[in-house]
Amino acid sequence: MSLASVFNIAGTGMSAQTTRLNTVASNIANAETVSSSIDKTYRARHPVFATMLQNAQGGDSGSLFSDSDSAGAGVQVSGVVEDQSNLEARYEPSSPSANKDGYVYYPNVNVVEEMADMISASRSFQTNADIMNTAKTMMQKVLTLGQ
Amino acid sequence: MSISFDKALGISEQALKFRAQRAEVLANNIANADTPNFKARDLDFSTVLKEQSAKTSGSGFEIERTNDRHIDADTMAVADPALMYRISTQPSLDQNTVDSQIEQSNYAQNSVDFQASFTLLNSKFKGLISALRGD
Repeated sequence: MSLASVFNIAGTGMSAQTTRLNTVASNIANAETVSSSIDKTYRARHPVFATMLQNAQGGDSGSLFSDSDSAGAGVQVSGVVEDQSNLEARYEPSSPSANKDGYVYYPNVNVVEEMADMISASRSFQTNADIMNTAKTMMQKVLTLGQ
Repeated sequence: MSISFDKALGISEQALKFRAQRAEVLANNIANADTPNFKARDLDFSTVLKEQSAKTSGSGFEIERTNDRHIDADTMAVADPALMYRISTQPSLDQNTVDSQIEQSNYAQNSVDFQASFTLLNSKFKGLISALRGD
């Protein structure tokens, strides 16, 4: 039944947004994590979203339309990538993490960008939760058929 | 005498199915609101209605013949014209065409339409029940 797949679709949306919120939390938490070498410094992480196709899941749910033209089955996180942009080197000889030249490396986390990302993710999460709620109301309505 | 549910319920059942299907498509759009390169899609009610009524009347797909020498192609399959891509109002950096507000309002409207179709279907069932009871 296609109303049931609304739950699945909204569920994938919520889980993808949760992953996004997780990476934001990780990035902000590590925004000031300094390190003495470029290799060991934390890099900002970003999830990569991709459309999930119904055929990949298998099974057709009595659709009104042809198999090739399904509604899709939501969104998936196809991976988490590390930001490869340049790290910030600061001259802080007093820092215990400073290297022999007195420099420490700061992560390439843009806190403002992360905050905007967080708001966007939480709004998208809310929207998906609302979608689920409306689908629930529609299903409950169907259950009263003939009463 | 037998009761044919298909005849008794008419298009209401298909309409309800359509609303559920459209809810799925719109939910998919909203779930993919942040997916790069995703193109928002929607179902067109009139196209589906035409297709469904063609299916029930058994005529199927036909091409218009304006000349005697044209070959008719009534067995040709329709490549599902109902699911279409939305034309975006604003460009976006990641080529995503989902506008959350439009999708949400469409979803809300679809949900109300679903309830309306349901009420119609329910009243048909109620009519059948009262006819069977006869009181």
